[in-house]
Amino acid sequence: MSSIPKTEGPKSGGPKSGGPPAGDAGLRPTLSLTARLVAGLGALLLVGGVVLALAAFAYGRTAAREAFDRLLVGAANDIASTVAIRDGQPVVDLPASAFQLLALAPEDRVAYRISGPGDQLLTGYEGLPAPPEGGDTRFYDAEFMGEPARYILVSRRFAERSFSGQVDVVVGQTLRARNDLARDITGKALVVLAIGGLAVLLLAVLIVRGALGPLGRLAARLEARDPQDLTPLDGRIPREVLPMVVGLNGFMGRLDRQFGTMRRLISDTAHQLRNPVAALRAQADLAGQESDPERQRLLVGRIHARTKSLGHLLDQMLSRAMVVHRGDSARRALLDLRDVALEAVEADDPQLLAGGAAVALVIGEDPVMVRGDALSLTEAAKNLLSNALRHGRAPVVVGVGVGAEDGLARLWVEDAGPGPAEEVRAQLGDRFVAGAAQGSGLGLSIAGAVAEAFGGRLEMSGGHPFRMALVLEVAQ
Amino acid sequence: MRWFPRRARAARPAGACERQGAALGGGLRSARQGGARALLLAAALCGIGPVAARAEPAPEAVRSFGAGREIVLRTTTDIDVMAPAIAQFLDSRPGLAIRYEQWGSNNLYDLTLAECASGQPGAGLVISSAVHHLVKLVNDGCAAPWVSAATAAVPDALTWRNEIWGITREPAVIVYNRALVPASEVPRSRFDLLDLLRPERTPYAGRVATYDIEASGLGFLFAFMDSQEATTFGALMEAFARTEAVATCCSAEIIEGVQRGHYLIAYNVLGSYAQTRAAEDPMLGIVAPSDYTLVLSRAAILPGRQADADAGALLDYLLGPEGQLVMARNRLVGLDPLDADPDDAEEAGRQVPIGLGLPLLLAMDRAKVAQFTARWRDAFGPGQP
Repeated sequence: MSSIPKTEGPKSGGPKSGGPPAGDAGLRPTLSLTARLVAGLGALLLVGGVVLALAAFAYGRTAAREAFDRLLVGAANDIASTVAIRDGQPVVDLPASAFQLLALAPEDRVAYRISGPGDQLLTGYEGLPAPPEGGDTRFYDAEFMGEPARYILVSRRFAERSFSGQVDVVVGQTLRARNDLARDITGKALVVLAIGGLAVLLLAVLIVRGALGPLGRLAARLEARDPQDLTPLDGRIPREVLPMVVGLNGFMGRLDRQFGTMRRLISDTAHQLRNPVAALRAQADLAGQESDPERQRLLVGRIHARTKSLGHLLDQMLSRAMVVHRGDSARRALLDLRDVALEAVEADDPQLLAGGAAVALVIGEDPVMVRGDALSLTEAAKNLLSNALRHGRAPVVVGVGVGAEDGLARLWVEDAGPGPAEEVRAQLGDRFVAGAAQGSGLGLSIAGAVAEAFGGRLEMSGGHPFRMALVLEVAQ
Repeated sequence: MRWFPRRARAARPAGACERQGAALGGGLRSARQGGARALLLAAALCGIGPVAARAEPAPEAVRSFGAGREIVLRTTTDIDVMAPAIAQFLDSRPGLAIRYEQWGSNNLYDLTLAECASGQPGAGLVISSAVHHLVKLVNDGCAAPWVSAATAAVPDALTWRNEIWGITREPAVIVYNRALVPASEVPRSRFDLLDLLRPERTPYAGRVATYDIEASGLGFLFAFMDSQEATTFGALMEAFARTEAVATCCSAEIIEGVQRGHYLIAYNVLGSYAQTRAAEDPMLGIVAPSDYTLVLSRAAILPGRQADADAGALLDYLLGPEGQLVMARNRLVGLDPLDADPDDAEEAGRQVPIGLGLPLLLAMDRAKVAQFTARWRDAFGPGQP
């Protein structure tokens, strides 16, 4: 790919980073990717946090319940172990340790009841809620004097000579300490959770920023570029951004080609026009100095012929520039190559048909569909036809078909002549051909450029008849 | 730590009798009887505890202070002891009046429990020296919570559930007659007391007095706390039994007996009363036992579901610096040790505050009370038949 000489850069004005380009008017920034990711992660953390908070709450309750249930078991067993049989009667000597144990829940009231066989009250509170049926150790929840409480029942069986039966020890405790502990556990868990969540969120921001870093660097590289520098971006690009960069590179490539086209147009024009114009000037000089009217008229006739051919050259050059430009910029439409051939043949080109030569058209029944720009393709076909009419021998035949072997669409022009010499063939299709007098080589160059623009090529074959074909892929 | 400045302080004479069981009067000379055991068993089975005798619940004395919205204050403390504090409280609060009812502790407990059951509290504030009664009332949900700066300043051991608070600091002491007990024999600890009672023919036989625990809720509490604190109490009971010690009612009578020389030594007397008397009578000596000294905090509760705001204000006042100062003047609050007289030679022992909390429930358990009373009566002979 060509690059613009450095000296041209400053003239066109360096990039003024910071000042928004005119094209920004239509750009509206949406929520940043960082914000999107962080918001998403935040929502995720929030949902997770709620779930974990519920779990912490449940865990706190369970832990507190288990801790204080052990207290109850200890106290009840402590009391039960002091039950003794004296004179055939169960006797309780309440241990202070049981109450000290229960006092570990410092703010809670205590209910207790020790009863012998037949629910005979030995000591403690009357009218405590009845325990549910069950084994020798049972926990249950019930009220104690207007406050919710947790109870345990421990049964102790005696089989003595003087007493046989069961003594039930019921110990209950209100729930303040349990609830406090549950709240405490939950609260601490929530604090840890909140701190963890914030830390994760912070890390998430950092990670997201790190992950999106290549985008920023890419933007910086683009911004730092010389505006004339249309070389493709290279280097290591994250997979997700690659399509964008490839698209960007393609876009810049087209831009670069168009720049190239324009530069070539200018240099071609200069090159192509220099000689004819110099010749014109020389002949005009001669004509001005010529005193013999007869010779002067001859010279003027030559000047006229040169001017005409110069005009034709200019037409073709413009046409070629147009074709190349369209090849890059025009939409690729689905079209029938037969229409193109018909258009080219029927084009009312007085110059071409001046010789009165007949052009035959050979097209089939089936459409030959290709993708391209109708105007460019028609121009290419016209150039091929004009080339054949100009340089070949009649009869000239224009045809359209699909190759049997390769399945490619072809628009061809055939004449009965031998075709150009071998060394000329090799150069045909180049921008300008040295051997092509009066710039007529430009026609083939146009056709070649069109074929190339739509992914095809120019093909020449044979001699007597000599065939030139525009080869394109068939559109599906 | 010195508890009791010997030098007399000016103080109005405090009515000293804590008549815990109104119907019970007079000392019971212990007599070891053969049939005591049978009676004991009967007492145990019937659950006879400190709540042995029930009279018509009626206050021992009533006095009204001020005029206006009335706060009913029920307490076991003699009116004269609390009157200065009450008067000062009302001074700064016009429009408030206080109806001061002085009750025996057992009656006060019965009445408050009955009112709790009916849901109609008859008093705004209840103060009792039988603190185990009030702890039981709190456990039964008969007290309302109250939170203020003053209650927050109460040490943890002297408050429970924000429903009961210790408002005084009164040690249980040994008092003796200075004239009759030689200085060398003054018991400084329970061990000294045991040593005095040990000889075969000790002159202290029959001349040591203590509370009758069946008649006095406070006496029961002191004895019960002794039994929880150390095994010394068992030996002491045994010694009391052997020397035919006297169990009687009422601080005033016990102290008077010591003053008159009727008793030589009285054990477990409430320090506030003894100190007041000692301020007037130099013959009365006071010892805070050096092995340990029980310290009672009279407890206060606000009965009912919802605390009466005026009663709460009274509580805050009593717990606050002004109330404490006035009560200290009446020896309800032991003063700072630095305040004590340097001449005071008596040693103060390790203080064991009677904490207000769950463990005191044990002193209200009827089986426990029956067993304890039976054991006690085993030493002192049967109580009221």
